Amino acid sequence: MPVQYEGVIPEHRAVRSDAGAFDVSHMGELIVEGKGAREFLQSVLSNDVERLEPGLAQYTLLTNERGGIVDDLIVYELAPERFLLIVNAANREADFDWLHEREPDDAKVRDVSDDHALIAVQGPRALERLGLPAAPAFTFAEGEIAGVVCTVNRTGYTGEEGVELLVAPEAAGELWDHVLERGVVPCGLGARDTLRLEVCYPLHGNDISPETDAISAGLGWVCALDTGFTGAEVLRRIKESGPEQKLSAFVMEEAAIPRQGMPILEGGEVTSGSHSPMLERGIGLGYVLAELAQPETELTIDVRGRNRRARVVKKPIYSREER
Amino acid sequence: MAAAESYPDDLRYHPEHDWARVEGGEATLGVTWFAQDALGELVHFEAPEEGATLTKDQAYAEVESVKAVSDVIAPLSGEVLEVNRAVADAPETVNEDPYGEGWLVRVRLTDPGEAAALMDAAAYKQHLAEEG
Repeated sequence: MPVQYEGVIPEHRAVRSDAGAFDVSHMGELIVEGKGAREFLQSVLSNDVERLEPGLAQYTLLTNERGGIVDDLIVYELAPERFLLIVNAANREADFDWLHEREPDDAKVRDVSDDHALIAVQGPRALERLGLPAAPAFTFAEGEIAGVVCTVNRTGYTGEEGVELLVAPEAAGELWDHVLERGVVPCGLGARDTLRLEVCYPLHGNDISPETDAISAGLGWVCALDTGFTGAEVLRRIKESGPEQKLSAFVMEEAAIPRQGMPILEGGEVTSGSHSPMLERGIGLGYVLAELAQPETELTIDVRGRNRRARVVKKPIYSREER
Repeated sequence: MAAAESYPDDLRYHPEHDWARVEGGEATLGVTWFAQDALGELVHFEAPEEGATLTKDQAYAEVESVKAVSDVIAPLSGEVLEVNRAVADAPETVNEDPYGEGWLVRVRLTDPGEAAALMDAAAYKQHLAEEG
């Protein structure tokens, strides 16, 4: 996947106004199966696996003993004893190792990444262009696009309606061509990043990591603390006492583009920053002291030695209603 | 709309992909088509102050696309007489017209003789071919 095809900004706008396609085949796919698969996943994933049934998917976290985030992923129940995990490319091996070391006798994890390609088609006209009916988010079903068989996942990373198409690698090129023939704009990693940042979806490795916890990251909503998953007790304590820092969204009040690693003078650091093509200004995410996490709080970003004003905003930074 | 690739003959070029249009003791400065194409659509121009001093071969401004920030190198030494506010307000002007509306600053040259060290269009194109 290139950084861009025609340009980050036109690609970004195509996804917000029409439809864009992303070749995200680099993402990892793991299968967890066996009689004990559900119970095993319930013990290692933060969300409540019991709420799944075949055809349903769920955003969830793989957590460590400190409540840190090993990875964020989507788990799909393929069959009662078989689950698919679509994980971040960079964490594919770490996730596999983590699960493999902990798997019980009656559950087995397999890395099947090489057996799958993944094409995301996102935007308000994505379904129309693909000729797909509407369906609830976080569901999936077998389907076909122009004769190419694929699994149609109602998921995405852009904040727009759309699908992620799981397809055999040998059919991926044909599917990609069909998608583009229908007027969907090919999009690169650059637009993928600006789109997810506008809607405040965290990026593992930037905004969340094994060193950051789910509560401080604002991901308490995917933590079913009662299920007793790894690190749940630590997270419960953080939740009860209130996190010291919170992952906050901000927009620049002055012309400047925040970037990952820039200091926030009031305390903290930018974890993701870029230019918002929809707001046409700099936006970012960063951990700040909880008392500074309130919307309207002024922050100062050190942009290569220049102090530039920013303002904390409610997440998401951009939402469809603001069009 | 991005401009088509070109390197006008009336400009002098710096290897860091900057151009200068020298007119007597003054010059207008900007970045080349190659520079704006490499960066992609510009979304921020961090301009120097008017009156600031530029030193040949040193950074005097930054241009930034969605994905990257880049220093702008002074092809000549001088004092900033004027900053192109149109580019500060609409940085994509540089992509649309890098040698015209997309100029960055106008300077009073400290040493007009420095221009002799810059490349002409043919030499710059050769430089691009060798770099590429």
